[in-house]
Amino acid sequence: MSPVGDRARLEARVARKTVCTAAGQSVEVIADLSFALEEGETGALIGPSGCGKSTLIRILAGLDRNFEGSVLIPVRWRIAMAFQEPRLLPWRSLEDNVRPAAPAASEASIAALFAALGLSEHRTHFPGELSLGLARRAALARAFAVRPTLLLDEPFVSLDAPLALQLRRDLARLVESRRITTVLVTHDVDEAIALADRIFVLSAGPAHVTGEVHVAKPRSEISGEEGRAIAARIEALRGAG
Amino acid sequence: MGRNALFDRMADPWIVVLLALPALVIIVLACVWMGLNEAAAIGAVALNKLPDAIVTIREGVRALDAGLDEMASVFGFSRLKRLRHVVAPQLAPFVAAAPRSGFSLVWKIVLVVELMGRPNGVGFEINIAFQLFDVALLLAYALPFAVIMLIIETLLVQPFDRHVSRWRPRAA
Repeated sequence: MSPVGDRARLEARVARKTVCTAAGQSVEVIADLSFALEEGETGALIGPSGCGKSTLIRILAGLDRNFEGSVLIPVRWRIAMAFQEPRLLPWRSLEDNVRPAAPAASEASIAALFAALGLSEHRTHFPGELSLGLARRAALARAFAVRPTLLLDEPFVSLDAPLALQLRRDLARLVESRRITTVLVTHDVDEAIALADRIFVLSAGPAHVTGEVHVAKPRSEISGEEGRAIAARIEALRGAG
Repeated sequence: MGRNALFDRMADPWIVVLLALPALVIIVLACVWMGLNEAAAIGAVALNKLPDAIVTIREGVRALDAGLDEMASVFGFSRLKRLRHVVAPQLAPFVAAAPRSGFSLVWKIVLVVELMGRPNGVGFEINIAFQLFDVALLLAYALPFAVIMLIIETLLVQPFDRHVSRWRPRAA
């Protein structure tokens, strides 16, 4: 990952990323993939399971530097991430999970974030005392507290549908109100439409962008019919890949 | 050693050698090379216990959660913050286990050192008791140790354990 100066946009270009299997074979998981996001935009990377989405978000987060290409992120942007698993520190209370990640965040802003995510009464609880849904909310609170460029790796995977829907609404509200540049990785079309300004459709491995769909704003005003039309375009692009 | 494969490969044979050497051999060598003094006793105790403690902590380091490590990287934790919030709490049970097993081992080794080469100490007195077949004297020296261990366990080790494990959900 290379920080760049004034340009207020995220640019990712992964020419080639290979992984080595346990059997010692080299497998290409990403090939000629590129996309860009302007500051404050939410982009969703949507593709089938196992197409290399999580590998891509690890590259964006700077966790994997063994690839050909470049990721350019303005220096003043701070990265925060919500992983597929909450990855909370089990020996720290929820507020003590948030504070080390966002030392500059004020007490009031953390309190507001906890309130927005319905976590106010759980601030002093340990992660082990919470349900998976609450733990995921806490992971989102930690990520938002940084006031960051946000990377979300299928943050609602393995949750039941009503809870995922509720969390998606909470997340959409937070993203809209704070205008945080967000990259969301998902295989769920509805989730992508609900949250993203731009949807990048990825092919099955090796992953590359087969097309891009813009979602008009405000998202809350997207009718069912418009949503179905966007979903149909995404499906067509998936088929093309 | 738990994180650096090269250092682990270099140091591991020495750990294995020290673990395999009988405590008695190390005690005798320490007394022969360093004389019948306190330094030999302390050196022998340290050499006997050190590899055991290193192996315990190394296993703890190997078991560190890579996911939490990645989380700390993404959120830009400093080395100190990572040690305090991520590494130390994971190593705490291993750090607690090392002295728990160490106390008893160290005590036994000290007794052997005193029995073999010191003009005083509990080991020396136990040797006298053995020569006199004085079982009461033997037990009088052995039981206080058990009491001291119980006090250490109850007042120090268990409260520390409870403190570092307070986040674990308890069984209903």
